[in-house]
Amino acid sequence: MAKGDPGGTTRSRRAAPRSRKGAAGDPALVQLLTPEGERIDSATGPDGTEYRVDFTDEEYRGLYRDLVLVRKLDAEATALQRQGELGLWASLLGQEAAQVGSGRALRTQDMAFPTYREHGVLYCRGIDPIMPLGLFRGVDQGGWDPNEFKFNMYTIVIGAQTLHATGYAMGITIDGKTGTDDGEAAIAYFGDGATSQGDVNEAFVWASVFNAPLVFFCQNNQYAISEPLERQTRVPLYQRAAGFGFPGVRVDGNDVLATYAVTRTALDNARLGQGPSLIEAYTYRMGAHTTSDDPTRYRIASEVEAWQAKDPIARVKAFLEKQKIADAGFFAEVDEQARRESVHLRERVLEMPNPEPVTMFDNVYPNGSPLLDEQRAKFSRYMESFEGSVH
Amino acid sequence: MSRIKTFNLPDLGEGLTEGEILAWLVKVGDIIELNQPIVEVETAKAAVEIPAKWAGQVQAIHHPEGTTVEVGTPIIAIDTDPGAGPLDAPSTTATPSGDLPTPSAASLAAVEVAPAEGMVEPGLIGGAAPGGRTAVLVGYGPRTTAAKRRPRKGAVPAQAATAPAAAPAGVDHGVVVGDKPAATSTIPAPQVHDRRGEASGRATGGVLAKPPVRKLAKDLGVDLGTLTGSGPLGSITREDVQQAASGASVVVAEPIAVTSAPSFGTDREQRIPVKGVRKLTAENMSRSAFTAPHVTEFLTVDVTRAMKALDRLRGRREWRDVRVSPLLLVAKAVLLAVQRHPMVNSTWAGDEIVVKEYVNLGIAAATERGLIVPNVKDAGRLSLRELADALTDLVQTAKSGRTSPAAMSGGTLTITNVGVFGVDTGTPILPPGESAILAFGAVREMPWVHKGKVKVRQVTTLGLSFDHRIIDGELGSKFLRDVGDFLTDPEAALLAWT
Repeated sequence: MAKGDPGGTTRSRRAAPRSRKGAAGDPALVQLLTPEGERIDSATGPDGTEYRVDFTDEEYRGLYRDLVLVRKLDAEATALQRQGELGLWASLLGQEAAQVGSGRALRTQDMAFPTYREHGVLYCRGIDPIMPLGLFRGVDQGGWDPNEFKFNMYTIVIGAQTLHATGYAMGITIDGKTGTDDGEAAIAYFGDGATSQGDVNEAFVWASVFNAPLVFFCQNNQYAISEPLERQTRVPLYQRAAGFGFPGVRVDGNDVLATYAVTRTALDNARLGQGPSLIEAYTYRMGAHTTSDDPTRYRIASEVEAWQAKDPIARVKAFLEKQKIADAGFFAEVDEQARRESVHLRERVLEMPNPEPVTMFDNVYPNGSPLLDEQRAKFSRYMESFEGSVH
Repeated sequence: MSRIKTFNLPDLGEGLTEGEILAWLVKVGDIIELNQPIVEVETAKAAVEIPAKWAGQVQAIHHPEGTTVEVGTPIIAIDTDPGAGPLDAPSTTATPSGDLPTPSAASLAAVEVAPAEGMVEPGLIGGAAPGGRTAVLVGYGPRTTAAKRRPRKGAVPAQAATAPAAAPAGVDHGVVVGDKPAATSTIPAPQVHDRRGEASGRATGGVLAKPPVRKLAKDLGVDLGTLTGSGPLGSITREDVQQAASGASVVVAEPIAVTSAPSFGTDREQRIPVKGVRKLTAENMSRSAFTAPHVTEFLTVDVTRAMKALDRLRGRREWRDVRVSPLLLVAKAVLLAVQRHPMVNSTWAGDEIVVKEYVNLGIAAATERGLIVPNVKDAGRLSLRELADALTDLVQTAKSGRTSPAAMSGGTLTITNVGVFGVDTGTPILPPGESAILAFGAVREMPWVHKGKVKVRQVTTLGLSFDHRIIDGELGSKFLRDVGDFLTDPEAALLAWT
């Protein structure tokens, strides 16, 4: 920073640790369920918006079930990688509430653009949880139909999906599908590290000036692989939105109720033609970045322990117990369902067939191509030249 | 399936080749559950616990703590059904490949044997890249055993084994038997595409046409949906669009040239896209015509004496190889007149007038590409001989279509030689940025009053357009008069002016 700006450097340096600590007792943090399981009736966002949820007991139990299942299936996938059955896995451990809360806030017609970690959102969209495992096992390209489930393919390139989402959202406007209660909206998922990418900032600009019906959903899990948040930003991420001209809000990403409320409101504003907004879901990645990463090399155990106390599932369980919404029988039944589904998932993964090499020619063009047909024919002849070929 | 399962060390982190066993969390005889942590392994990337892949009883641990193990080698054996009684002998020696079907001896004989260690091509999966690094993205790391590829159909074992050059035939030519290509009857004939037929089946997403063709169609007002494409896959080509635009029912093989007779279709109109030189000319002319207030004056002069002077010039030895045209004299006349009236060679620049000490003399030239106006740089400094050479060069370059953009920019004053088309004169439009342009008409034999009598003389008409913002009628008239005087009697003018 230039010498002529004496205050700037020190001010921003001091600001950074404050924003890190901001998780607890941060007035800007929207929270409806404390880590101890205490329900807060309503919370006010930085722009005065009041957030509240009104769930039935059944719905509360449903959210708990989602959280437990998503965590269990994710743990099974991690184990499968360790056992050599997947090439790689990006665990969502610790981010279940951010994903289930926002995923359940989506309406059927809304379109989601995930990163490679949105297994929880994928689950909420009704997609078979085995789908991403095929991708990471290397036997298919992901498998689900993005148009059928309104859930785009996993995007590995950091932040690229925010531009795809912006374009899609601009298309919604062009199609005239905003402005009513049953209008459409899109949501783009990304992480704190992605906010440093040009793509994400370009998406902010385009979505803003074209008033795109889009929710930027940033799961701030505090680390871009090994780089901590203070290497990404000197201001709380949600405040960046102001510079681009749309509202930003920070929500407790470990609070499934608040995440739901904030996302629902942002999506509804978007579908009504109110333009984009940024949600910073303040959370923590309890596991490694991916199975190729060792987080103990760059973060200390006490930090992990502090976040352990804010676990997204434990607080819902505490709430359900205190409010007598669920009993021990329910919790046991959910655990058993999770165990059963994870075993089922494992069995199916191990049986996933290796794809025929010739299928690499599929899905290149929607209507085929003569050049590709030629290559396919040639390749098929080559494969047929081997003994025992079934072609 | 054997009840004894052997677990091989997997690649724990995208391309690792080995791991060190830090600690065993189970021992032989332990009953373990699925996903129970069994061993802690440190790789180049991370120290991780590996969960058990099967429930059962630990049968054997193959490597002690502290050893470094290559990816893909067995580290633990688990009895998945310990309650089923004692194991029979063969099972205890089960190897990781025990589950694989045993290849028949015949097929093994024809197997393409993997090259020996160190002979694998660098960069191939399983092969060592330069520097010893192994290129593996995911999976079990580099292959440590010989490849067992399925044999090729109809391959002759002995030949295949002894003639490795024939075996690794590429994808291109497929089957190789000995040194002869396999009977072609087993290979489907190369597919001949019925392009149009295929297109109709394929083109569900609309009309096929490249973006420039779509643009052309849009510019010409042609609806692509009404056309039948003649290109690959039934795509619509530029020619299809042009044909449709002209309404022609026959194929126009050549692109429509400006000079060729247009072929008119049933609607008796031809549409020519405005582009290139035509577009530029139109823009320049419109801009000039509607920004610079033009005045045009005419002067008819007797150039008989000048034509004779040209003949004398041609007769001189040192001018023998030089192309000497009336244009040369007109150019010289203009350059000399500019010296006497510098304001004519100027530019209107809004709040000031830029008068130039140099003359970049533009010559309007009709070429196949259309009208272009290259200029002779600093023509005022050239001798007559140099000017003649420069004009010849300029005209030839323009006719061959090789005129550079630089040669067409920076003109300060222009001559347009409309006489070559057999007309007398015109009211030329100023090139943008210039203040005067002289039209030089045809030189004709005409009855002319010469020394008090009507005689047949060679006569031409000059037309001068000028920018009235800079040049008043008086200045314009004097300039035109001087040009005319020079052409009437060049020698006398030269003597008088220089």
